[in-house]
Amino acid sequence: MQIARVIGDVVTTVKDANLSGIKLLVLQPLDPEGNATGRTLVAVDAVGAGVGETVFFVRGKEASFPFHPVEVPADAGIVGIVDHWDVER
Amino acid sequence: MQLARVVGTVVATQKHAAFVGAKLLLVQPIALDDTAHGPALLAVDSVGAGVNEKVLIVMEGRAAGEALGRKGAPVDAAIVGIVDHVDVRE
Repeated sequence: MQIARVIGDVVTTVKDANLSGIKLLVLQPLDPEGNATGRTLVAVDAVGAGVGETVFFVRGKEASFPFHPVEVPADAGIVGIVDHWDVER
Repeated sequence: MQLARVVGTVVATQKHAAFVGAKLLLVQPIALDDTAHGPALLAVDSVGAGVNEKVLIVMEGRAAGEALGRKGAPVDAAIVGIVDHVDVRE
C-alpha cells in the first residue's frame, strides 16, 4: 500500500457496467515525509474518502476485493483514511 | 521478498474491515548494504515488528493476504519476518 493525498475526482458517463456507482478519485502518492512522489493516478474508493484527505491505497487486483462479488475493473483502490502517521529515521 | 527497514507507523480509523486490528507500518525497501532502494510503502504487520527493525516483506497481493490471515483482504504488501542478520558470501 502507499499513502496519498486525494487531489481530485473523475466523472465518467460511459464506462464498464461494474464501475457504475463507484467513486473515482485522483491520487498524488506521498513519500514518508509527506512530499509528492511519483505520478498521479486514479483509484476506486472503498471507504468514502474525499478531496483533500490523506488516504492509503492498494495496487493490483486486490483493489477490487472490497466490492466482491462485483468484479470491478480497477488496478488501484483506496482502502483507508489516514488520521496521522509518524516517521522516525 | 525484499529486505526493508521499518521507518514509521500509520494510524487510520476509517478503513476497510480487513484492516481492523491490523498494524500498518511504513517500510523503506533496502539493498544488502542497508541503503534505501526504491520508494517507501505501507505494509501490514503480521509478526510484531517495530520502528527501526530490519524486516522481510512481500509485495504481492495473495501473499500479503495470507500473511494477514484474511482471505480476500485488499492488501498488497505485508511484513512476514524480522531479520536477525543476512549473510552474503559472494
